[in-house]
Amino acid sequence: MPTEPSPAATDARAAVAAALRDVPHVPGAPKPDPVLIADDVRRMFGGVNAVDVDHVEVQRGAITALIGPNGAGKTTFFNLLTGFDKPNSGKWTFDGRSLGGVAAARVARAGMVRTFQLTKALNRMTVMENMRLGATAQPGENLFAALVPAVWRPREKAITEQAEELLARFKLDTKRDDFAGSLSGGQRKLLEMARALMAKPQMIMLDEPMAGVNPALTQSLLGHIQALRDDGTTVLFVEHDMHMVRHISDWVIVMTEGRIVAEGPPDSVMNNPAVIDAYLGAHHDTDLGDDALLDDAVLEQLRTEDEEAR
Amino acid sequence: MDWTRILTNVAGEFFAPTTAAYALAAIGLNIHFGLTGLLNMGQAGFMLLGAYGFAIATIAGWPLWAAVLIAIAAATIFALILGIPTLKLRGDYLAIVTIAAAEIVRLVGRSTALTELTGASSGLRGNQYKDTFQDASPFDDGTWALGPFEYAVNASNSWWIRIVGWLVVALACLLVWLLIRSPWGRVLKGIREDEDAVRSLGKNVYSYKMQALVLGGVIGSLAGILYVLPRAVQPDSMGRSMTFFIWTILLLGGAATVFGPVLGSIIFWAVLAVVKLTLRDVVPTTILRSEQIEQFGWIIVGVALMVLIIFRPQGILGDKKELAINAH
Ligand SMILES: Nc1ncnc2c1ncn2[C@@H]1O[C@H](COP(=O)(O)OP(=O)(O)O)[C@@H](O)[C@H]1O
Ligand SMILES: [Mg+2]
Repeated sequence: MPTEPSPAATDARAAVAAALRDVPHVPGAPKPDPVLIADDVRRMFGGVNAVDVDHVEVQRGAITALIGPNGAGKTTFFNLLTGFDKPNSGKWTFDGRSLGGVAAARVARAGMVRTFQLTKALNRMTVMENMRLGATAQPGENLFAALVPAVWRPREKAITEQAEELLARFKLDTKRDDFAGSLSGGQRKLLEMARALMAKPQMIMLDEPMAGVNPALTQSLLGHIQALRDDGTTVLFVEHDMHMVRHISDWVIVMTEGRIVAEGPPDSVMNNPAVIDAYLGAHHDTDLGDDALLDDAVLEQLRTEDEEAR
Repeated sequence: MDWTRILTNVAGEFFAPTTAAYALAAIGLNIHFGLTGLLNMGQAGFMLLGAYGFAIATIAGWPLWAAVLIAIAAATIFALILGIPTLKLRGDYLAIVTIAAAEIVRLVGRSTALTELTGASSGLRGNQYKDTFQDASPFDDGTWALGPFEYAVNASNSWWIRIVGWLVVALACLLVWLLIRSPWGRVLKGIREDEDAVRSLGKNVYSYKMQALVLGGVIGSLAGILYVLPRAVQPDSMGRSMTFFIWTILLLGGAATVFGPVLGSIIFWAVLAVVKLTLRDVVPTTILRSEQIEQFGWIIVGVALMVLIIFRPQGILGDKKELAINAH
């Protein structure tokens, strides 16, 4: 059920749009208030340049979509930025801090938290335990403090409340005590995103958050992502669903063969013939941003998943 | 056949010092494997190192507490040496390195180069290092009987070693019980399942794995002290087969449970005693000599482990439901 955007939401969106109004629609365009700046990031896999980004900036507080055909290097780029892979060259800063070569856990603690294209819900832990693991500043995660429950119980209580709130928002509250492995693929995606939010990150990076999520839930998921922006969180996400990209993103970055080939607000990018060529290939005459991209086969798959989940 | 004698002997195994030592070693391994997913294939190496550390320090004239600290320090350093190069790599590397390192400890211990310290292959006699422990007993010397169980109060295979041994086991169980329920244990559980997921949530996976390796290894070294107190330090009796028994005990009782290692150790040694004592009574020595019965007992252990893994992979106390969830 689509909800009317609150005044705060429209304000936030308008403010981001205003900030990005004068940014030129070219690859590597400088942003007025970038939270992430990357330079000369390259990653080769056996002679193939999986990522070859000269310069890119991500505007603070905006929802930026990273799109491009399969194999464009989006996931690899995510892995590099978050310390899960090492580049052959390149440097980048997040919120003014240089994060090149920094270990994944430290990147997350710096405020840049990511999810995975292949969901990494911890299947043998309950939904609630997954959520609690995402929290920060739990003194009980220290070996010695762990032995004295009085030290960590108060924080645990606060974490649990925060987790319950998020689970309710993502409609997973009824699954609280189920093993994560018993959820449907789409629900596990939601859980992974909710878990990432437990850390209250400054920037969240979502790798295909909608893949496999039940269509009935996508609408509310879109709402959650917009709510994040309204709270001041920067969102960078990879997505194939053009409808979603057009609907919620403030800025779109297009990647093909490791390089950034176009940038701009969704309307401008999706009408760019070069993008249509590069990105859609065979679907040349499809109207980008049309639900038709969710073809019947996909919808059917989503429905079966939804049924399995019940 | 003398059933009373067999049953008494078997019941004696329930609380024998060796049973406590193996239970403690399995508790250490449980922190490695059950809680964290670390494949330590050299727990006997930690035990042997603890035994040497304790015995050599005591022989050198150090007091009891200092000798125990030496054993703990030796296990800590050993764990760090094993962990630093391997814990960033895939799990199998730790397995290979621990097998090799435990063998190296044993081979160095039995080599003639260090005869003055370790006694080489003949080891260290118990009488050389037992005194500080026995002197720490608050009880008067003598023997004491509880029903059919009669042991010396303080000397060697005594009531004193049983009391201390099972007290240490109880404390280790309490430790694991507290840790499993804590946020620290939760991080380990996450690591056991998917390291990258835990990394993406900002936890230093390497540091947690190292903590688990050291903690489980230190508990192993204490088990080594318990093991050698009623006997001698014999490097060749603390090799690969000892590690194999500890694994059997852990899997039998149930990995990732609090009391699994204790139950596993009790059942392991009791069943072994039943088999050996019965065979000795029933089978004439013309068919199976007593050392063959010994070996036959170990064959039974191997078969039992295979049957267990096939039919009850989660062990006696393990959670079937949890194991049934496969990684999607
Ligand atoms: N670990 C790897 N080893 C070798 N090649 C890889 C590896 N990961 C990705 N690639 C290659 O890098 C390119 C980019 O892949 P990826 O980043 O997954 O693309 P996307 O997420 O945009 O679909 C692809 O050609 C892929 O085959
Ligand atoms: Mg991808």
